[in-house]
Amino acid sequence: MQIASDVRSGATTAEAEMASSLEAIRARNDELNVFLFVDEGGAINAARRVDERVARGENAGQLAGVPIALKDNLCQVGVPTTAGSRILEGWLPPYNATVIERVLAAGAVPMGKVNMDEFAMGSSTESSAYGPTRNPLDPSRVPGGSSGGSASAVAADMTPMSLGSDTGGSIRQPAAFCGLVGVKPTYGLVSRYGLIAFASSLDQIGPFAKNATDAALLLEVIAGHDPMDSTSLPEPAPSLVSHVNDGVAGQRIGVVRELYEGADDEVVAEVERAAAALRDAGATIVEISVPEFRLGLSAYYLIAPAEASSNLARYDGVRYGLRVDAEDVAAMNEATRTAGFGAEVKRRIMLGTYALSAGYYDAYYGQALKVRTQMIDAFRRAYQEADLLLGATAPSVAFTLGAKSSDPLAMYLSDVFTIPTNLAGDAALSVPFGTGDTGLPVGVQLVGPGRSEAQLFAAARVLELADGRS
Amino acid sequence: MAPLRREDVAKVAKLARLKLSEAELDQFTEQLGQVLEHANDIAALNLEGVVATAHPFGLINVVREDELRPSLSRDAVLAMAPDAEDGRFGVPRIMGEAP
Repeated sequence: MQIASDVRSGATTAEAEMASSLEAIRARNDELNVFLFVDEGGAINAARRVDERVARGENAGQLAGVPIALKDNLCQVGVPTTAGSRILEGWLPPYNATVIERVLAAGAVPMGKVNMDEFAMGSSTESSAYGPTRNPLDPSRVPGGSSGGSASAVAADMTPMSLGSDTGGSIRQPAAFCGLVGVKPTYGLVSRYGLIAFASSLDQIGPFAKNATDAALLLEVIAGHDPMDSTSLPEPAPSLVSHVNDGVAGQRIGVVRELYEGADDEVVAEVERAAAALRDAGATIVEISVPEFRLGLSAYYLIAPAEASSNLARYDGVRYGLRVDAEDVAAMNEATRTAGFGAEVKRRIMLGTYALSAGYYDAYYGQALKVRTQMIDAFRRAYQEADLLLGATAPSVAFTLGAKSSDPLAMYLSDVFTIPTNLAGDAALSVPFGTGDTGLPVGVQLVGPGRSEAQLFAAARVLELADGRS
Repeated sequence: MAPLRREDVAKVAKLARLKLSEAELDQFTEQLGQVLEHANDIAALNLEGVVATAHPFGLINVVREDELRPSLSRDAVLAMAPDAEDGRFGVPRIMGEAP
């Protein structure tokens, strides 16, 4: 990361980098609605601490002076954290998420909190209670979601990197829509401590950056065991940056029909071109079909809402967040939740409550958990034929604001290619490759088994070079 | 599965402590019905003998030594509560007047 090495060498200062980030945010935030809160005071303090470390001759860290944007479901002490919901308006977390502790220790400068679909439930950032975020590449279009603010912040050059979370595609799809690299790490690689929960068995925090190398660097910083998250893998962070230029020679890459069929022609064309580029770089391309992936969407839209209905039961007006007073506790709970949650969150809570309710549990939630097992087995079989899988990230390029907001099922279908990985707990990333008919970026998706991040970054780097990116 | 009815949605809303307007009830019945209809592809599968997966890597029984560790201070936590007094969360009354 050029900024970090320049800050460490004294060629620039963290405070100067912070100031130019602030200027970029001010220039376009009114238009794009990316930052919900700009933490100017915190950013100045963090930048000065980095500059003091440099002045004392200390190692200022892998991310020395690098401005970073944080999705608003990551708890940061004393910084308003809403998860895009009215129910948490004005809440100040009393602790830092582990990923925030780690980026601070590495010298990064958090610039503030960025917009997202309410509680990460959405694929366009239109379900935020604080208004939609616009795509910096074409403000009439959505940036994708739910981590739309994290993607827009980087695409609009407000910060060179950001953190988001991915439950069913919420990092990869906005990365694709905004022309960025976005990574859904192996489940458990990154601590979820301090991430406001949506669907705990699927949620993972991951990086956004302009290229594979920077994304690998940020993932290296945030990965590794954390005793505060019992689902965190009991192992140290893997070495990733050192493998980015490993190439794909000798790798078997499976082009999976179910990960691109039904996508727009302009997207399918780039997947085919990406396969050819990987073949030119020495990979063996095999065509694979994994019919089980077609069941992923249904399983996901039962499992994720079921977990959400349980996770969001905590918003009851008692311990934090909004309270709407009423005559007794039950009426207060109901009044608070009715006023505090938006329509999409209510839909998912109700869907989950229904799927878990007596008489429907076996048919819906129980079946979905079994389909999840089948999905894991299907991936295992696919990885006997191929080391990595290739497909599209999303069925289309960025769509226009409002195009799907009144049709939940159509919105859910935009996650069809990303969901299988979350169900299996595997690793995946989206890398920009080519542009569609209207000049908007297309993202192709690389998927691998758990702990395959190093190979995924190496393959992504091959595609960047083939696409003429530096 | 039988199609979702308006009264099912009303019942679920009550369980989830949400109050829906008449218009919302109509809209949610239609929208949730569509999603459940889509989910019928898995409701209809014969998956007898398939083990359920609740967690991708099946981590179980993560334990640690039973020793004191720092935790959040009570004051810091209560500072963000809508109502608190004497070191406790405050809520509206739960029971009615004594007879």
